[in-house]
Amino acid sequence: MSDALDVLDQVGKWKNSGKGVAVATVITTWGSSPRPVGSQLGVDDSGAMVGSVSGGCIEGAVVKEALAAIADGKPRLLDFGVTDEQAWDVGLACGGKVQVFVEKVS
Amino acid sequence: MKTETIAALQQARTKRTAVTLATRLSDAAETLIYIDKAEGAMAGDATLVSAARRAMAMGRSETIDFGDQKIFLNVYVPPPRLIVVGAVHIAQTLAPMATMLDFDVTVVDPRGAWATSARFPGVKVIQDWADEAFQAMGLDVSTAVVTLTHDPKLDDPALESALKSDVFYIGALGSRKTHARRKERLAEVGITDEMFARVHGPVGLNIGAKSPAEIAVSILGQIVEVRACRLEALAGPKVVAA
Repeated sequence: MSDALDVLDQVGKWKNSGKGVAVATVITTWGSSPRPVGSQLGVDDSGAMVGSVSGGCIEGAVVKEALAAIADGKPRLLDFGVTDEQAWDVGLACGGKVQVFVEKVS
Repeated sequence: MKTETIAALQQARTKRTAVTLATRLSDAAETLIYIDKAEGAMAGDATLVSAARRAMAMGRSETIDFGDQKIFLNVYVPPPRLIVVGAVHIAQTLAPMATMLDFDVTVVDPRGAWATSARFPGVKVIQDWADEAFQAMGLDVSTAVVTLTHDPKLDDPALESALKSDVFYIGALGSRKTHARRKERLAEVGITDEMFARVHGPVGLNIGAKSPAEIAVSILGQIVEVRACRLEALAGPKVVAA
């Protein structure tokens, strides 16, 4: 749990320094997934990241949505399947799915 | 997510207070639910508040269906804490083992020769009487207390304070005979038999532990067991939020 708060510490610092910031949170997982529910990724308006919502497979797509959320202020719900191939890369025996919620920090 | 919400979560961590952040996924509206209060968009909704407290008791974040809405409950609970009373030989193996199990470990002993950070690298060491130290630290439901000194004037006040709190585990080193005498002494300060029954003594699982490291394993095995049983009991049958 302290991991998640370490992410929010950095998010708060970015926000206080005047940056646009979004937070992505793993809200549901099915099967094997690289990061547990509650894992968070903070993104600033330059695309800088803190934390993680996967083993690296979906961060690119999440950052893109995070930048869009910073721009229009609307929250987003994203669904990702972890392909078996990717799952093997992170040492998982089966594919999993994750749902990620992305919201702007106001 | 609001910056005020981030500040509230940080404050809860500093105070070792459990809190659940409930986020309504349709509009990102936020509600903070504590053990004793709720603040924010849906703070007045008793069903949501009780679902959040249940998630908090189990220490598990989850997304729930709430009418036709989806709400994510993100649980922030303080990490389990182990307070070891007595900076003795067993403590020297118990403390690092507990750290490996993700416990936030503090060793308390008023004796300066024992309570040194040289003897406990990487562990918080407080040189003070246990009851004084407990007061400063604040015992809570995520805390386990183990007394190891064998010395009534050090162990007894620690046990008395722990028994008057809601810590999830209390263990006391000592034989059956020592434990029976301890019970008699604590009765004199108002600890009833029923209250005293919370103390695990002789401490640890009965695995024939002899060496300090083996005793540490038996103590930690028991703490893990008690904690898991408690979490399982709290989980109970799953209630679907209306």
